[in-house]
Amino acid sequence: MSDPAPPGAPRGANSFRSGPDGNGRFGTFGGRFVAETLMPLILEVEQAYSAARADPAFQVELDAYLKNYVGRPSPLWFAERLTRHLGGARVYLKREELNHTGAHKINSCMGQILLARRMGKTRIIAETGAGQHGVATATVCALFGLPCTVYMGATDVERQKPNVFRMKLLGAEVKSVTSGAATLKDAMNEALRDWVANVRDTYYLIGTVAGPHPYPAMVRDFQCIIGEEAKVQLQEAEGRLPDIAVAAIGGGSNAMGLFHPFLDDAAVKLVGVEAAGYGLDSGKHAASLTGGRPGVLHGNRTYLLQDDDGQITEAHSISAGLDYPGIGPEHSWLHDIGRVEYVSATDDEALEAFQLLTRTEGIIPALEPAHALAHVAKIAPALAKDAIILVNLSGRGDKDIFTVAEHLGVKL
Amino acid sequence: MSRIAARFEALRAENRGALITFLEAWDPDPATSMALLRGMPIAGADLIEIGCPFTDPMADGPTIQLAAKRALAAGGSMMNSLAMVRDFRREDDTTPIILMGYLNPILSYDPQRFCTDAAAAGVDGLIVVDLPPEEAALLAPHAAARGLDIIRLIAPTTDEQRLPLVLAGSSGFVYYVSITGVTGTRTASAAELAAAMPMIRRHTDLPVAIGFGVRSPAQAAAAVRAADGAVVASALIDTLAGSLDDRGRAGPDTVRRVLDQVRALADGVRSARKSL
Repeated sequence: MSDPAPPGAPRGANSFRSGPDGNGRFGTFGGRFVAETLMPLILEVEQAYSAARADPAFQVELDAYLKNYVGRPSPLWFAERLTRHLGGARVYLKREELNHTGAHKINSCMGQILLARRMGKTRIIAETGAGQHGVATATVCALFGLPCTVYMGATDVERQKPNVFRMKLLGAEVKSVTSGAATLKDAMNEALRDWVANVRDTYYLIGTVAGPHPYPAMVRDFQCIIGEEAKVQLQEAEGRLPDIAVAAIGGGSNAMGLFHPFLDDAAVKLVGVEAAGYGLDSGKHAASLTGGRPGVLHGNRTYLLQDDDGQITEAHSISAGLDYPGIGPEHSWLHDIGRVEYVSATDDEALEAFQLLTRTEGIIPALEPAHALAHVAKIAPALAKDAIILVNLSGRGDKDIFTVAEHLGVKL
Repeated sequence: MSRIAARFEALRAENRGALITFLEAWDPDPATSMALLRGMPIAGADLIEIGCPFTDPMADGPTIQLAAKRALAAGGSMMNSLAMVRDFRREDDTTPIILMGYLNPILSYDPQRFCTDAAAAGVDGLIVVDLPPEEAALLAPHAAARGLDIIRLIAPTTDEQRLPLVLAGSSGFVYYVSITGVTGTRTASAAELAAAMPMIRRHTDLPVAIGFGVRSPAQAAAAVRAADGAVVASALIDTLAGSLDDRGRAGPDTVRRVLDQVRALADGVRSARKSL
């Protein structure tokens, strides 16, 4: 293996994997931009996470839950019919949709709930967009008997009804957020407000590689298992690394989990796919890197969709999970230094890819990874037949069938 | 001497605390907002905080969230907030003005240019809610170069070990956030306030103002008995919001009702130490 170091371990000066620095910065991105009330808590989380990482017993405990409860390792699937259909590169799917709760989100939830328990926290809060992170959080809270409040934009509550019901079944309180644009960013604002008011007993379980330090690094570390497993599995299947690894990006946790273990493998091209909504020229999209500029929101400096006055503008995507006007700060850094290429796919392209995978492989993808698949469909045909593309199939699409039906003009 | 230091020194000589009132720039419209700003010193405000609207006010409760939303809908912006101060300074060169807001509009403006323009407009201090000491280098040198005070928040979660770090870059006065929570929600008890002050006093000679949850004249009086100033924000915005018509437009009595409340708060603050 080219990468023997565990996630987050100190690496050489030439490594792309050594960030963040002591101030939580990836280059000029990241940091800790929170109100003073929260600052001591952020520092407490950072300290507790460092201690947990240094404790072998923590990893042993986490590994056991990941294996026996989450169902890891998730399989790597050679999508033979999709490959044949596209007529070029060999397409492999990392099956994160087969995890318990149906997405990659549980990887980080499991790590963070164990951390919250070590910290002696007795109440969990979370934000959610598509509801996948909310469901995963509600699930681990049910597992450990902790009360859970999930903030969800009213717009998302409406378009992700099955996940709302799931969370409630799991015992979570789902709070519909009507402030602002009533989507993921507003849910995150509301979760931060809750945390400020309940600092002593509450742990904020953030779902993506964003927020104040240490969250971007911590969530990344817990998600790195995706890329680490895929690396080993592809070695077994093909005896080599992929030529290209592709993942969809909202906040960017599934992409970071896939990419990070490959960052120092110079031959592996990494491609993140942002949501282009109705198209980048329409102004209705969620492509922060392509259509935004650096600013500060939700505790970190990163690329944001904003107007000339620095007001945050509303993102749009058919996928509630990508409908966020920012992106994890490490992605902003990887974008600026050019290590990862960031492209975009529209709502329509994602819908098409959604149907393509369903029909060729019998796998219904979530609309989030459908964006990654849309990009694969664009590039695979032109690549050599022995080229290898690795795609993160980050979630399953059951939650999206109502949205898709509506867009296809089908009445359920 | 800065306007802020001069004002606190004068109040100390009078042996009374400061009433610090808040308004959101351009809420609900520029004319009403400007009338409130002009009227507040006459009604008894000693210092004034002007909220600069932001789409994502993470530390604010529903009252100020809605104020920001109305202000943005009316066309409020950082540039317009500065223009208000410039207009105000034509008639009032002594009442300290503090801009309160979030970092991103300042970053978008460019921190150096922002500090230059703010100082030129007559702004005296800045409260940037999401800029903790750890990240202060983005703004502090530019503010210092233009003589703008950086007023830091101290929270109940700020312990004695952390306090010196927060105070190190503070000037003007210190803003004690009296509760763990967002603006306009819970109110701290007099006992809670009295308990928090000695620790802060041990570490700074700067005046201390108490905010978050100070709503009534009696609560403002309690705050200035414990500290040097009381900040009232959400209670004033609630009055403003209550005076709007169903389309969110200012009524004929909007300005009068808010300023009447400022007068009552000023009475509370002025009588606080006499009644001891």
